[in-house]
Amino acid sequence: MKVLMRGNEAMAEAAIRAGCRCYFCYPITPQGELVEYMARHLPRRGGVFLQAESEVAAINMVYGAAAAGVRTMTSSSSPGISLKMEGISYLAGARLPAVIVNVMRAGPGLGNIAPAQGDYFQATKGGGHGDYRLIVLAPSTVQEAAELVMLAFDLSDRYRVPAMILADGMLGQMMEPVELPEPIPLERIPPKPWALSGAKGRDPNVASSFDLDPHRFREILRALWDVYREIERNEVRWEEYETEDAELVLVAYGTMGRICKTVVRRARKEGLRVGLFRPITLWPFPSEPLRKLASRVPVFLTVELSAGQMWEDVRLSVEGRAKTPFYGELGGVVPTPDEILSEVKKHVGG
Amino acid sequence: MSVVKTEVPAGFVPVYTRPKSLSEKRFTYCPGCHHGIITRLVAEVIDELGIQERTVGVAPVGCAVFLYEFFRCDFAQAAHGRACAVATGIKRANPDLIVFTYQGDGDLAAIGTAETVHAANRGENITVIFVNNQIYGMTGGEMAPTTLPGMRTVTTPEGRDVRLTGYPLKMSEMLAQLDGPAYITRQAVFDVRHVQMTKKAILKAFRNQLEGKGFSLVEVVASCPTNLRITPAEGNRWVREQALKYFPLGDLKVRD
Repeated sequence: MKVLMRGNEAMAEAAIRAGCRCYFCYPITPQGELVEYMARHLPRRGGVFLQAESEVAAINMVYGAAAAGVRTMTSSSSPGISLKMEGISYLAGARLPAVIVNVMRAGPGLGNIAPAQGDYFQATKGGGHGDYRLIVLAPSTVQEAAELVMLAFDLSDRYRVPAMILADGMLGQMMEPVELPEPIPLERIPPKPWALSGAKGRDPNVASSFDLDPHRFREILRALWDVYREIERNEVRWEEYETEDAELVLVAYGTMGRICKTVVRRARKEGLRVGLFRPITLWPFPSEPLRKLASRVPVFLTVELSAGQMWEDVRLSVEGRAKTPFYGELGGVVPTPDEILSEVKKHVGG
Repeated sequence: MSVVKTEVPAGFVPVYTRPKSLSEKRFTYCPGCHHGIITRLVAEVIDELGIQERTVGVAPVGCAVFLYEFFRCDFAQAAHGRACAVATGIKRANPDLIVFTYQGDGDLAAIGTAETVHAANRGENITVIFVNNQIYGMTGGEMAPTTLPGMRTVTTPEGRDVRLTGYPLKMSEMLAQLDGPAYITRQAVFDVRHVQMTKKAILKAFRNQLEGKGFSLVEVVASCPTNLRITPAEGNRWVREQALKYFPLGDLKVRD
């Protein structure tokens, strides 16, 4: 049965259905509906909702709940995510699973509350200090947002790596019919023998990212990077649309990916052979499939609500095999399909 | 990390032994530092209450950073100042656990002020051990929020000038104003009598949690002879004669 839901609400409901037991937050626009939904629904369904005194506190509460072994989440928007970065680095270092939702707005600084994609670097390249990665999932519809939240909990638990949903204000606010995923019974969530549950009949468990010995710490990080390589092998997700005969492929994610799908349809109507490559995992980035495509597609036009951040990963993947122009908007301005189409026409059919 | 080995010679009966809740790891505290006494008192209390198997500690950043090595309990290592938020997450996720934080003055009263105040104000059912030695020990003796006026540190080489850097922060007095906390007390360990009183306070702070009474904090005014560049005995005297002028001992809030 489909229900009409806002993106923010669908992500909240999906988290509860994924078995999220503890949700910690601090209010910020444009993800307010997610907070409100959790406040209304999570306690009634046996979970913990707690509004923290800051983003910093919220992410550290997530750290505590994750260490205690429950599925836990926080959500925020760009400036709030910056504040969470310390805690996210500690989560990554201590190998604690957690889900962080970033409903991006325009920055830097206070910016504004319009949709943007300026946090790509922060999400995929670190953001916090040190050698770590997050699993980063980028939904482009409300339906996909719900599904990726469920997936984020599963992947995060499986690899003990924090996962981020990188959405934007457009997706958070937009209402669409959703087929909500079936709830996961709590007993089906795999046990966590490493959790802090009390050292009864076993040696103590410690959640820590601290080791003063460089050689020992190097081994810990090497093991962590082995896990990252495994994620890169197993978990790359992307969508290709009309790429088979394409002379130009648009590369876009999230809301921009969705708009670019409309651009492809319009271009096709005009007889232009245009396709779309839409990364769903921003980390791991779908480099291999993009590289393969670059052996037969001459132009990849990256379109982002930023000055060009994913663009760097596109160029690193294509490795000079094709032209890689860029088109982006700044400050929360969302380009129309027509604007993008005229950009497309500069590169094909001429 | 080196290990403590205790051998009992034939014919001797041990009357003072290592608490069961402590591991065999040797403390990394400096000679004369009060942390060693306070850490041990926490372990004795955990033993006496029989809660070692359900206790989770939260280690700070500071001289007690290795706390998780010293205890035979589950432990979370928190980011600097965030222990009360981490403890909140653990306790809310699993209220059956007994959760305590152990923090210094920089951790609890400077970078972690907000986390501490709000955990206290929520009446979070956790136990907080707050070691106030008026200095940043691990990083090399910088000014702490609790550094006394005129006191020399590496970042106040001429002594703390209150016109420039303010006054010693009276965290316990501040917290005692709130409706949330169940128990706020200030103790010290510079002599045997005070060690015993501190132990009683720590026992009460853990018992409060077992009884669901809510946020309990034991501040212990301590000495850091290494960074004060004085002897351990002078450190004890420093606490009694100097620090207690600004940080008088006693219960600041008791809700029964």
